[in-house]
Amino acid sequence: MSIAAKFEIEYLQYLDAEGKQVRDDLPEFAKDLNHMVELYKLMLSTRVFDAKSVALQRTGKLGTYASCLGHEAAHVGVGSAMKPEDVLAPSYREYGAQLYRGVQPREVYMYWGGDERGNDYQNEPARHDFAWSVPIATQCLHAAGSALAFKIRNEKRVAVCMIGDGGSSKGDFYGAINITGAQNLPMVAVIVNNQWAISVPRKIQSGAPTLAQKGIAAGLFSIQVDGNDIIAVRKAMEDALDRARNGEGGSVIEAVTYRLSDHTTADDARRYRGEQEVKDAWAKEPMVRLRNWLVAKGVWDDAKEEAWKAECDDWMDNEVNAYLETKTQPVTAMFDYTFAEVPADLAKQRDLVISLDKKAH
Amino acid sequence: MAQITLIEAVTQALAYEMAHDDSVVVLGEDVGVNGGVFRATQGLQEKFGELRVLDTPLDETTIAGVTVGLAAQGMKPVAEAQFEGFIYPMMEQIACHAARLRNRTRGRITVPAVWRAPWGGGIRAPEHHSEANEHLFTNIPGLRVVMPSSPARAYGLLLAAIRDPDPVMFFEPKRIYRQYKEEVPDDGEALPLDVCFVLRDGTDVTIVTWGAQVKEALEAADALAEEGISAEVIDVATLTPLDFDTIAESVQKTGRCVIVHEAPKTAGFGAEIAARLAEECMYDLLAPVERVTGFDTHIPLFRLEMKYLPSTERVVEAAKKALAAS
Repeated sequence: MSIAAKFEIEYLQYLDAEGKQVRDDLPEFAKDLNHMVELYKLMLSTRVFDAKSVALQRTGKLGTYASCLGHEAAHVGVGSAMKPEDVLAPSYREYGAQLYRGVQPREVYMYWGGDERGNDYQNEPARHDFAWSVPIATQCLHAAGSALAFKIRNEKRVAVCMIGDGGSSKGDFYGAINITGAQNLPMVAVIVNNQWAISVPRKIQSGAPTLAQKGIAAGLFSIQVDGNDIIAVRKAMEDALDRARNGEGGSVIEAVTYRLSDHTTADDARRYRGEQEVKDAWAKEPMVRLRNWLVAKGVWDDAKEEAWKAECDDWMDNEVNAYLETKTQPVTAMFDYTFAEVPADLAKQRDLVISLDKKAH
Repeated sequence: MAQITLIEAVTQALAYEMAHDDSVVVLGEDVGVNGGVFRATQGLQEKFGELRVLDTPLDETTIAGVTVGLAAQGMKPVAEAQFEGFIYPMMEQIACHAARLRNRTRGRITVPAVWRAPWGGGIRAPEHHSEANEHLFTNIPGLRVVMPSSPARAYGLLLAAIRDPDPVMFFEPKRIYRQYKEEVPDDGEALPLDVCFVLRDGTDVTIVTWGAQVKEALEAADALAEEGISAEVIDVATLTPLDFDTIAESVQKTGRCVIVHEAPKTAGFGAEIAARLAEECMYDLLAPVERVTGFDTHIPLFRLEMKYLPSTERVVEAAKKALAAS
């Protein structure tokens, strides 16, 4: 009997849980310590933003919110590797990547606060990115379609989709990586494997030893990285984007991390997972190891940490105020964007709502 | 000027628009080398290349989702669902994203895409190939649901659908794909969306229908005319957004209405039109609204399918019943 195919999945890590460097071959971007400080600062601001979001929800100022606690390295690693002209198709908690690309905290607050304008990102490059996708993994196909558009137009751009471990079970994910392989599309799929799809653990999400290996079946370059190590995520992402941009096809990156929060503010993870598991996960979280590494390099310290936290607090307070001061859209807004122009039949319903609204006031 | 069939009109419209707009791309299973299982895309790949006429992997979800992605990047994709019965896996992408992206991003991302699907029964096809399910899409805000009933309207409405800035479901009644030919100038002239076409003027009863059943409606009008009954025939053409005013104006004139469609009766789109007539034209009606529809069953395999489909005789009987009511 002959062997038709064999494969192996590389696991990439530069920093261990304590922040000790486990490889000597640091990528170029990691040798620029000022840049690494900037990445750490965005991770920290993402964490401050996330805590503020949860607090807003707990005080009734936001609706249900999906936290990104623990995902900071994976998200910032992806966002910081992308070029402005690339396109991001995120799931609903990739704020670290999105903040890097210009999404404003006030826009996130607005979305979870019940206002569609939160999806109307004002700053480039986020402005040409997709909005959060709630139906799981459906956005993977939007990335594949975008990559196809780039290929047809011969543009040196890459489409990136981000999903969770649960999303890797869905047909949309398989379909997206399949056509990416078949058409050699410039698409990178990042599985942020945070171990839990609401209450379903990774071990019963898939029988495959890695989620990355699903990319092998589609003919894509596939790698698993320590998702709490931003150097590993960023390196794998940069390589994948370079390959895609150079016409060498798509990639699947599995970033192994942990959801330190509940699934959303409507969830109570204590119902289905043990305290010890969460405690163990906190020991591996992404902030501490990078901070330790930067401190050891002499470019970060407690004073800088406190100063930056204070700046983040001010930033978020300003963003919260901007969000809270935003007036509700006029009632006609629900009609104005259903079609490019309001059809005559729908205009009658709009007129009815306007008259009802006038009566109510 | 050549006379062409409805399916040739589809091909002609696609070729015209692809030649005049580089952003138009065609994708789907078999659409390339094979020219589509009904040959709707025949010759297009030779003219426009493998990237603009793309044979996709066999996965309807992929076809639908990739179409959303293409459209979001400013392309104008025309995707083919090979048969209407295969369209269900596409519905999540169409309902959750194509129909919603303009609204949920306040117009930042739009989806100027068309999904074509050979629709309906009557061609002795296998199971899952004959569904009439347009009503599933008419209940989704943000979608246009369009169905041509002649070669000329197929050409003009498909051009309009491709040029429309919003997503369009373009259901092609495959029973009349090759039923007859007519002259269709290849002049790039689109027909208006969101309007009904009054195909025949009448004064005694209004017959409202769309797609393949236009044939039975016109035949019924002929048969009624022989008995001295004047039937007005309306081809709805764009189901949503609905041009109800044209239907109402006709019913206000005739006082009677027969709605004909192939889809199951319960919650079919005829129910919407009947309800609107009850709401807005109650006092113009001289008789209850009649519906001639498919049954609330699965469309049977082909030995029985013609018993399922609305026949000319059923339409004539319904019109006479409406006339006898007062």
